[in-house]
Amino acid sequence: MRYLERGYLEKDELPPLPSEERLTSKKPVVYIECPQPIPCSPCYESCRFDAIKMDNINDPPEVDYEKCTGCMACLRVCPGLAIFLVHVKNGKGYVTLQYEFLPWLEKGDRVKLFSRKGDELGEGTITWALKPERNDRTQLVTVEVDRELIFEVRAVRKR
Amino acid sequence: MRLESHPIVDFKRGKEVTIYFNGKPVKAYEGETVAASLYASGVRVFSRSFRFHRPRGFFCAIGKCSQCMMEVDGVPNIRTCKVYVRDGMQIRTQNAVPDAENDYLAIIDKLIDTFFPHGSHYKKFNSPKFLREFVTRQMRKMAGFGNVPRRAPDVNAEYEEIDADVAVVGGGPGGLSAAIHSAKYGAKVVLLDENNYLGGQLIKQTHRFFGSGRHRAGTRGIRIAEILEEDLMKYGNVDVRKETKVFGIYGMDVVGVQNDTKLLKVRAKRIVIATGAYERTLIFENNDLPGVYGAGGVQTLMNVFGIKPGNRGLIVGSGNVGLILTYQLLQAGIDVSAIVEAMPRIGGYFVHAAKVRRLGVPIYTRHTILRAKGEKRVEGAVIAQLDEKWNVVKGSEKDIDCDFICVAVGLSPAHELLYHAGADMKFVPELGGMVPLRTRFNETSVKGVYVAGDVAGIEEATAAIMEGRIAGIHAAISLGYGGDEAEEELDEAVKDLEEFRAGPFGERIVCGLEKCVLESEVML
Repeated sequence: MRYLERGYLEKDELPPLPSEERLTSKKPVVYIECPQPIPCSPCYESCRFDAIKMDNINDPPEVDYEKCTGCMACLRVCPGLAIFLVHVKNGKGYVTLQYEFLPWLEKGDRVKLFSRKGDELGEGTITWALKPERNDRTQLVTVEVDRELIFEVRAVRKR
Repeated sequence: MRLESHPIVDFKRGKEVTIYFNGKPVKAYEGETVAASLYASGVRVFSRSFRFHRPRGFFCAIGKCSQCMMEVDGVPNIRTCKVYVRDGMQIRTQNAVPDAENDYLAIIDKLIDTFFPHGSHYKKFNSPKFLREFVTRQMRKMAGFGNVPRRAPDVNAEYEEIDADVAVVGGGPGGLSAAIHSAKYGAKVVLLDENNYLGGQLIKQTHRFFGSGRHRAGTRGIRIAEILEEDLMKYGNVDVRKETKVFGIYGMDVVGVQNDTKLLKVRAKRIVIATGAYERTLIFENNDLPGVYGAGGVQTLMNVFGIKPGNRGLIVGSGNVGLILTYQLLQAGIDVSAIVEAMPRIGGYFVHAAKVRRLGVPIYTRHTILRAKGEKRVEGAVIAQLDEKWNVVKGSEKDIDCDFICVAVGLSPAHELLYHAGADMKFVPELGGMVPLRTRFNETSVKGVYVAGDVAGIEEATAAIMEGRIAGIHAAISLGYGGDEAEEELDEAVKDLEEFRAGPFGERIVCGLEKCVLESEVML
């Protein structure tokens, strides 16, 4: 539970990573950073593919990466902003995350990238953005980043 | 200081009006409270402490702290955070010369320790008698709150009596839910709330809620308030009285004042008390300085009225309230210097902490605030590390750049009406203070008086809604409404709540609840 002293997860505390094949396959996959047992289950309830396992409302979610289709239903509802959609395509990495700040983001915007700790990791380009009004004012945005950074970039802010 | 745009909330401001603060015109918008309008115009000193004339500012914004009391249209001691602006309103600060901002009497605070060292007031001016009487008179002139109005206020007072099956006191998540579930099974319900809106503290919760879909998880608190109100309005057997301050429970009569002009007596068969809680503060040097705010007060200012509390904040306490508030401040474009937490671990949900950590807000665990800096308003703070024995580690002091400090160190149940009703109370630290003994259906030791929400023990809104449901259904059943269907839902509601509290975060609550089960229940 060291992560509760810091407020972020270190590498060795991360949930198991999806396989390389899964990451580079046709569909993106969700990666949930929600290690603590809390009474919360909207991700589990929203999944139509039975890819999120949760026996009790207090269990942390466990993702079956093979069943996940990357449909983003869970990403839309997560109140903890703890779900990230990751994908590798043509050697480039893509991270989709929830975004609730002004100015709203649009495709093509350049954004600063931040790690779990809040360290700056350079810049990236927004390749897709769901309009905020389509999801009760939580935008979903995809940012193109270095392939190595898909498990590092956890926040974006417009420059 | 007013926010023009916000990612989550659209601020609908009313017509522009002018109010007068100590004679000077101040721009305000209809729908704002006096305190909010004054804050937006840059007023920070709202009152002076009643003995030493120390500056006091805004703190809780929900009518609990009394730091914003002023004279409004000639009537003293009005909580300006509960009064809405009206064109031409005259507002004056009290007990200060010439006004609270530039109070000459503040010199008392500077000199008092030199001339009256601690404890000396037992001996000074005691004799001879004429000196004692003279000094006492002078002191009374300088101390205290406000001046009595010169004439009686010009209002037509009314009186009304209502008969009801269930009277619900408090229109927050717990009260709304209780009213809905009593009304659903046919009970005649009267809902009383002191605000001019329903939803209680939900109306400032812009974040998505936790829980399960059935508990509306993933939905923002502000929308949950709307949903609950719509639910309630579906029933014709509900009488909602807003702007009604309940001041007493006599037997089964609930007594309040509606719109400051009407005395209201509700003769109820069952009463649900859902009065919520108020914010605690913390002991540190200068903790009364304007700029030290309750976390909820800042949320009200920012998320309800769209007014920036400052430019850079320091958050004390890393429970969910502190963490969520930090995120909301960032959303409103306000910087947060740091979050300090005296415990070795973050108190709230990890995901809330991760949300602000990745945006660069440092979280200092095992740290505390030592003092707020500044004369009339916060100009910075000093924090320091704590050792295993909770003592400050020498040399670990650190200056923090901030112009306001949010104290998010927990809540205490607003239990006054429970005492008035005669309920057996007990101090349960896990539940936040003095709480009533209750059955598993939330009925107190006084038959027919129920509790729901934070007043029964500090938890959060989802649990309050579930408690309200249990109390509401049980009250209806005990009056003969609902039949089997109600019995079934009651069982389900109790089970639901048990499941909700089954995790490690509920452990503390469950542990606290075990201490305040009514004895009659234990016998079963």
